Amino acid sequence: MATELTPHAAMSLTEQLPVLQVLVPFMAAPLIVFLGSRGLAWILAFGTSAAAFVIAALLLGQVLDGSVISYHIGGWAPPLGIEYRIDAANAFVLLLVSGISAIVLPYARESVASEIPRRHHTLFYACYMLCLTGLLGVVATGDAFNVFVFLEISSLSTYVLIAQGSHRDKRALTAAYDYLIMGTIGATFFVIGLGMLYMATGTLNMADLADRIADQGANRTVVAAFGFIIVGMGLKAALYPLHLWLPNAYTYAPSVVTSFLAATATKVAIYVLLRFMFSVFQPTFLFEGNTLEFLIIPLAVLAMFAASVIAIFQTDMKRLLAYSSIAQIGYMLLGIGMLSQTGLTAAIVHLFNHGITKAALFMGVGALVFRAGGSFFDRIQGMGKTMPWTSAAIVLGGLSLIGVPGTAGFVSKWYLVQGALEKGWWPVAVLIVASSLLAVIYVWHIVETLYLKTPAKDIAVGEVPNSMLIPIWIMALACIYFGLATDITLGAAQAAAKGLLAGSSGMLH
Amino acid sequence: MPELIPTAFFFFAASLVLLAVPQGKARGALLLAVPLAAAWQVWSLPLGTFAQVEFFGFSLDLMRVDKLSRVFGLIFCLAAFLGNLYAWHVRDTVQQVAALLYAGSAIGAVFAGDLITLFFYWEGTAIASVFLIWARGTEGAYATGMRYLIIQIGSGVILLAGAILYHTETGSFAFEQMVLGSPATWLIFLSFGIKCAFPLLHNWLQDSYPAATVTGTVILSAFTTKLAVYALARGFAGTEILIYIGAVMTLFPIFFAEIENDLRRVLAYSLNNQLGFMVVGIGVGTEMALNGTASHAFAHILYKALLFMSVGAVLFRTGTSKASELGGLYRTMPLTTIFCLVGAASISAFPLFSGFVTKSLILDETAAEHYPVIWAVLVFASAGVLSHSGIKIPFFTFFAHDSGMRPKEAPTHMLLAMGLTAFLCVFIGVYPDPLYALLPYPVEFHPYTMSHVVGQLQLLCFALLAFGVLMRTGIHPPEIRAINLDTDWTYRRMAPSVIAIMAVGVSRIWTRWTRFGSSTITRMISGLYHSTGPEGRFAQTWPTGAMVLWIAILLGVTLILNFASHG
Repeated sequence: MATELTPHAAMSLTEQLPVLQVLVPFMAAPLIVFLGSRGLAWILAFGTSAAAFVIAALLLGQVLDGSVISYHIGGWAPPLGIEYRIDAANAFVLLLVSGISAIVLPYARESVASEIPRRHHTLFYACYMLCLTGLLGVVATGDAFNVFVFLEISSLSTYVLIAQGSHRDKRALTAAYDYLIMGTIGATFFVIGLGMLYMATGTLNMADLADRIADQGANRTVVAAFGFIIVGMGLKAALYPLHLWLPNAYTYAPSVVTSFLAATATKVAIYVLLRFMFSVFQPTFLFEGNTLEFLIIPLAVLAMFAASVIAIFQTDMKRLLAYSSIAQIGYMLLGIGMLSQTGLTAAIVHLFNHGITKAALFMGVGALVFRAGGSFFDRIQGMGKTMPWTSAAIVLGGLSLIGVPGTAGFVSKWYLVQGALEKGWWPVAVLIVASSLLAVIYVWHIVETLYLKTPAKDIAVGEVPNSMLIPIWIMALACIYFGLATDITLGAAQAAAKGLLAGSSGMLH
Repeated sequence: MPELIPTAFFFFAASLVLLAVPQGKARGALLLAVPLAAAWQVWSLPLGTFAQVEFFGFSLDLMRVDKLSRVFGLIFCLAAFLGNLYAWHVRDTVQQVAALLYAGSAIGAVFAGDLITLFFYWEGTAIASVFLIWARGTEGAYATGMRYLIIQIGSGVILLAGAILYHTETGSFAFEQMVLGSPATWLIFLSFGIKCAFPLLHNWLQDSYPAATVTGTVILSAFTTKLAVYALARGFAGTEILIYIGAVMTLFPIFFAEIENDLRRVLAYSLNNQLGFMVVGIGVGTEMALNGTASHAFAHILYKALLFMSVGAVLFRTGTSKASELGGLYRTMPLTTIFCLVGAASISAFPLFSGFVTKSLILDETAAEHYPVIWAVLVFASAGVLSHSGIKIPFFTFFAHDSGMRPKEAPTHMLLAMGLTAFLCVFIGVYPDPLYALLPYPVEFHPYTMSHVVGQLQLLCFALLAFGVLMRTGIHPPEIRAINLDTDWTYRRMAPSVIAIMAVGVSRIWTRWTRFGSSTITRMISGLYHSTGPEGRFAQTWPTGAMVLWIAILLGVTLILNFASHG
């Protein structure tokens, strides 16, 4: 339980970890621009990501027992000062985001070189660092307005990153534009919600907000704020039917960007939803409101099916995976909607497991694109023979996406089904299994294309360079590893779920 | 020491070693040695539970050896040996590995002490075996294999769902006797039923077995369905509904088998019918009935493999297994003919052949437990078996009209495999005591009593007669009218024609039903494609305004919901 709190007496480097988590990539971005060297840009970006990963791992180690780290920026005590607050839930997400970044970057070197003109490389990596900063900041901070600031940092850089796909396909520009409009509306809704909360409570610190909301109960302003925040963040999380920006953005963005965003951006949005639902507003608030039961759960189930069916019919593998992501987000929201320890554990574990699975798959497609020049099925068909290693990794990722036992995907679906059964929701459990069968179909579609068709004639033969292949395989093997050794993921997710369900008492200060 | 390694792992390890061994005699020897080593291990293991491992915090029992699992384990090893011997000439690594993995999974499933292990091996059999179908390399075999795979994997998924529910219900994954009633047990039952080819869940069997390679079919015929029989016997012994399911299973394939032209498909139907006997035995559920089921499964694997081997040898030499194209092969394939006849006699339960000593256990027990109607159905079905498997197969292949084909005798290794299997069929028939000693419960049974032998012979003789008449009438239609019909003859003649009419009727309804089903599905899929395909409404890129509209709608709904619920 969250009983122990580390006060701010930051004297050693270890105690500065929460702020370093965000500060390191934040400083790397301008440094890359100032140095202006292509070679150094990549090295700096990779080094930064690796450092962020180490920091995240250290932080997770400190809070895995259920304790909470409260870090006061500049020594200003909250609620006036900005507070960074690390517990199991966000340390776990920090680990995912920084880990994915550290593995995607080695892969990025060759992939970016082939998809983006050389003169844009330094700025690309700078934007990438800003995006990473934003995502880490959103997760690490304990200040509601700070969440908005970092959200905008990550969103703005994301629009730029997606638009970089225009060197290959001009539609990336409209995709980025659509996302810009949608994302801005989402962020605006979010900040409107925050404004209302501020109006009602006079504070922006999450823990403080939680207390004051608990004191004054649910009034119109607070309830409206809740609605705005849910919808705004739901959009960033691609909650069906607010997912419309996602397929194009993922399809036309450069492979590296897609791999990174698919594994992290929507997951961070889900985290924010969790944090606001459970820590700022309280579980009791959720129980009383019917939002989860009548809105989130039906939409989640709808997403599981509608998006999967759309994925089945796709002829572009990147797009197929994009729709599959929307379906998988449905699983996470369903887990949240259960409002139980098991359901939340399932959602948080799935957030992680789906992150690594999609990273493996999108990096795999990126490798195919590297050789085939496109991700349409008629371009990549038969590549199982010419690129056996990449294809095999894609198959592993696909198995995890389905949730075959022995893979990461199975663990989370197992808990999800368990959660449904605990609640006595038989039909939901059946629907989860049934929608997994749809995943079997679209994954089979991929396998069939890769292995049972003859390759197109004009395609460059051969595997991708090792610098791309190794990251892909690290992710693919991670899908297997976390399917067999579940201590880390489940341990962290259970601790996180417990903390979240404790509501504001999980936010001691 | 030997009990430390689960038997299935022999097969899995061998399939890896196999890759390092060059094609040819060495590899063939390895393929033969593994089942023998496994059989030796099963034979020498004491009864008990070994090889427990931890997984997800559950303890899995990889080796639960008791008398029921042992007899199935042994026959599976034996079947793997005979199948591999028969496939000595095959030089296809994929098939060899698939056969090993398939046999290993089936054996692993038999010894599984909990539902999770069972599930893993259950899916293992599905995935490994499909390669035996795909190995044929034709477009048709590919499609068939896909259908087969989807159904088999589906069965596994249902099993997993059932297992999870079972766990939430009882808090345990142990695979023990269950009582039908809760959704959990129904799901598990359904999963077993699919693999056991229950009526209306059976189509995968007749669809896929004839589509596999010559040697693949022999191996396929041994494991999947008998694994399901074992699972039913373990989990649902004495479940009454099984008696009726089994009775229907013995009956309906007869009609299809009677009109089918592809002999391997005829055998697939008769396999389905034989499973019915075992399922009835499980349904009756007394010690003796379970003995009957286990022993019948044992004998059945052998004689069914023998029949598939002999028809396979013909297919191997002539390139066809169609009744209408074959005939008169006894001239050049005398040994295959003899072996086929042994198999036919065994499946028809002639005294002195294996089917007789095992089937009568089930029949007697059905009568003793007061199911006279079921007993009558089984007797009728026995006559049907004789007609389509006992007579039709050897008659059309090796006798009947001369097709003019003069193929060479089957290769030596095939003859050896068939000879060995035929020997076992006769051995069990003549001297059943060793088999009886292996059965789960003590056996006090004497198959060779006067009433058994005479009763069975009567049945067989009349069935032979009926076939003779049918053949004559079939060949010389004008002559029938001249025959002076006694009441007895009317009955003998009417029965076959009634069967024929029913068969046509049943198949017509079936075709119409499947056609309706497939057209509905096609329409559904094209409808879905229309709406969610790449050009469809749901998958198009929407105008930005429409996306924004959705945000507005959702915000409205959320606010209304929240205002309403928070007052």
